[in-house]
Amino acid sequence: MRRKRKLRFSSVITHLLLLVLVFINIFPLYWMVTFSLKTNDEILGYSYEDPVTGERTQIAPNHVGLPRHWEWDNYVAAMKTGNMGQYFINSLVITVLAIAITLIAGFMATYALTRLVWKGRKAMNKFFMLGLTIPIHAAIVPVYVMLSKLGFLNTYAALIFPYAAFALAMGILISTGFMGDIPYELDEAAFLDGCGVWGIFVRIIAPLMMPAIATVGIYTFLQCWNELLFATVFVSSGKYRTLPVGVQQLFGQYTTRWGPIGAALTIATLPTLVAYAFLSRRIQDSFIAGAVKG
Amino acid sequence: MKRTLSYKLNIGLFLLPALILFLVILIAPIAMSAYYSFYDFNSIAARDMDYIGLSNYKTLFSRFLVNAENGMQYENDKFMGDALTNSLLLAALSVFIQLPLALLIALKLSKGIPGERVYLSVFFMPVLISTVIIGRLWMNIYDPGEAGILNAGLRAIGLDKRLFPWITARLTSSKLEFTGQWTGFKETALLAAFIPILWQYVGYHMLLMYAGILGVPSELLEAAELDGCSERQVNRYIIVPYIKPILKVCVIFAVTGSLKSFDLIYTLMKDTTKAELPSTLMYKLLFLHNRYGLGSAIAVILIALCFLFALLISMAFRTRGEKVA
Repeated sequence: MRRKRKLRFSSVITHLLLLVLVFINIFPLYWMVTFSLKTNDEILGYSYEDPVTGERTQIAPNHVGLPRHWEWDNYVAAMKTGNMGQYFINSLVITVLAIAITLIAGFMATYALTRLVWKGRKAMNKFFMLGLTIPIHAAIVPVYVMLSKLGFLNTYAALIFPYAAFALAMGILISTGFMGDIPYELDEAAFLDGCGVWGIFVRIIAPLMMPAIATVGIYTFLQCWNELLFATVFVSSGKYRTLPVGVQQLFGQYTTRWGPIGAALTIATLPTLVAYAFLSRRIQDSFIAGAVKG
Repeated sequence: MKRTLSYKLNIGLFLLPALILFLVILIAPIAMSAYYSFYDFNSIAARDMDYIGLSNYKTLFSRFLVNAENGMQYENDKFMGDALTNSLLLAALSVFIQLPLALLIALKLSKGIPGERVYLSVFFMPVLISTVIIGRLWMNIYDPGEAGILNAGLRAIGLDKRLFPWITARLTSSKLEFTGQWTGFKETALLAAFIPILWQYVGYHMLLMYAGILGVPSELLEAAELDGCSERQVNRYIIVPYIKPILKVCVIFAVTGSLKSFDLIYTLMKDTTKAELPSTLMYKLLFLHNRYGLGSAIAVILIALCFLFALLISMAFRTRGEKVA
């Protein structure tokens, strides 16, 4: 009896502590969404004089409450002046193509590293795994020089290929796990049916790698979608600017207006969070796969 | 079939796309960075690169430089020591505060409490948000004006009147008064940067550890329970040793992540010198001062440190694992 009561008490404490953490996790985002819908006057507080009675009324600042008046114009400003729509599309194009290249190059290399028989494939695998530790800073000057000499600065390609290259090591690592689960008997059966290695790869392996596509894709997506350093340096023209750089830029334009800033932050965050709401398990599994097999 | 599988041309073709990407964008640039780091040049078109040997490295590690004309000593604004110290401090904070916190939550959640998936999903959520957004959001949270929520909160409970003078009295880098400029002073900026990092990544480490704990064979846990082990003993002697490989990955991520950290400081602060990191210093030298040789030297140091720490941490975990076994 006593033990039971004690247990219940400690689990209440646990839940309370966890709920505090939940609050700490959610509150900044809640606050961001609310100030994206407020005017500066509402956030900072203001006073006005009644034209008839001449009485001064003080309106207190509204820090954490819901907006008294929902100022959707902030979103219009972020989309129009901040150009968030264009940056969103740029980010999407760059990310999708980088994922495609990572998947194709990664699957092909994994196939060579796990299914084909040759000396030195272990060493080659280790060589690719160096990519997990190499920081992207390492590449910034030489790749910048390369891109500028080739005339690729300020193009989509300036980001697509570097992103794919830096996602590759993780792509190979995750794919190796998945490809190892595909039974070799399938390869043999396909071979007896007259398939060569390319036939086996395209008809047998690739279709069975669907789960790996999701895992590698999610991992690569987040890496590319959120990247700032390369995106700032390799693309200076607004035409190809990505979302993170666009958000960063917007702060230069609206240093003192909170609403449009909040709106831009919300626009850039929302798609990821909506996707997470539907795919939380899958997304978590990609991160686990990336780390546990490493 | 074996002959088909070991046909050299096919092997080469399958490896080709990955190898090209890897060699051109990762490996060759490391060699080029090393090469550039021995030169002084301030234009990418670079017809006139001066070979200066190790001078770039000397410059980075000298706190003071001497003016060649009048022999006066002056403070070197390209000194990398402070940035390196800051990133190591950040790494230490991550390893000794963030990881234990993550482990604690993971241990609690993995014991099957009601709503564990919901907690897990909420705690992991900030990992998915772009660091740029988090940096900007926290810049607003720290805003020293009327709207900043942190200072507004402190004012609301009257803590600012006690806390701000207390901090002001401890400022050594500046004679200004502290009125809530959390990212404006060297004494507070690094901690102010660590809080959002903690906020964002604690869920990441928690998720990995949680997954590891779920992998502990249930027979092991049942046996321990039969032997009358307390929860604490089970955690300490069974779960933690079992998930050591994952703890190793977490420590490596936390340390190399701190060394590489750029986005957060760059977006959180108008003036990154208050919590300068190697990467922000590198960015400044490269793209504001056009000192490509110096910037490359920092890149080389960063690569070396990342590999060094990854190796050291792996070794530390290995020897300890052997002792236990």
